[in-house]
Amino acid sequence: MAAIYSLFIINKSGGLIFYKDYGSAGRMDTNDSLRLASLWHSMHAISQQLSPTVGCNGIELLQADTFDLHCFQSLTGTKFFVVCEPGIQHMEGLLKVIYELYTDYVLKNPFYEMEMPIRCELFDLNLSQAIQKDRVSLFGR
Amino acid sequence: MIGAGKIKQYANVLDKPLSRGRQEVSLSAFAFLFSELVQYNQTRVDNIAELERRLEDAGYAVGARVLELLCHREKGNRRETRLLGILSFVHSTVWKVLFGKVADSLEKGTEHEDEYMISEKELLVNRFISIPKDMGTFNCGAFVAGIVKGVLDGAGFPAVVTAHFVPVEGQHRPRTTILIKFAEEVLQREARLG
Repeated sequence: MAAIYSLFIINKSGGLIFYKDYGSAGRMDTNDSLRLASLWHSMHAISQQLSPTVGCNGIELLQADTFDLHCFQSLTGTKFFVVCEPGIQHMEGLLKVIYELYTDYVLKNPFYEMEMPIRCELFDLNLSQAIQKDRVSLFGR
Repeated sequence: MIGAGKIKQYANVLDKPLSRGRQEVSLSAFAFLFSELVQYNQTRVDNIAELERRLEDAGYAVGARVLELLCHREKGNRRETRLLGILSFVHSTVWKVLFGKVADSLEKGTEHEDEYMISEKELLVNRFISIPKDMGTFNCGAFVAGIVKGVLDGAGFPAVVTAHFVPVEGQHRPRTTILIKFAEEVLQREARLG
């Protein structure tokens, strides 16, 4: 069974710009994924305002009975989040790796328009390699 | 210069030895700059052929300067006059200065006598670039083709230079081939020289 269920990238205004699911659990259609992305965007923003701690950057981890949701927000407001099996530890690292791939293969691509859905062959290729490597290291332990 | 204790003062700037140049620049900085170059030109063209031509023109100016500089710096103010000489100059000297390595291969075209190919598994300018499906066979290597054309034209070897993607078996990514087609006069001169 796959450790990661799905990966989302949303732009700073809450639009889904990248969605990929891995394995059969938690798969959803296009409308649902768009809805979930903008829902998460709003929840993230609200949590930032409601939080009792000063300088809170929003939700980083949401734990549920059947899944964990890890979120990473870049300085420009682009959010990366993965839905994965409960109790997996190293997701922050993976999100950073994905962010790095995004800055390399999406932002340095002259044919990518900012805030628009990501359709870059090299990004897909390197992303699947990173996920694959992550799985191998997970099973290796 | 290793061992030079302090910087020598030259009365005339022309007496100063030519600097070796900085050997490394940030790949990210270059990638962003190149990406902007492509985007800028993209807003000023109607079709892909035009964009390719503009990138080639941008590279041409680089090539002309690189030839001048390298003949002075590496060759003691001499330049290659023979076909194979200039080709290996492009393949090794120019490539090394621009991309930090020699090109992966230099081959002679099998079908035509006047064609040569420089192939690169992963061209530096294409490292982060994914070409959208609707742009067909467009290759940002046109910029590098322009550089090669600039060098060859400047050295007296007029040629048509183009960049192409060539699929490689067992690889996800195609390699880039810079195709050089020399003008007739070049081959005639070469034949005369024997």
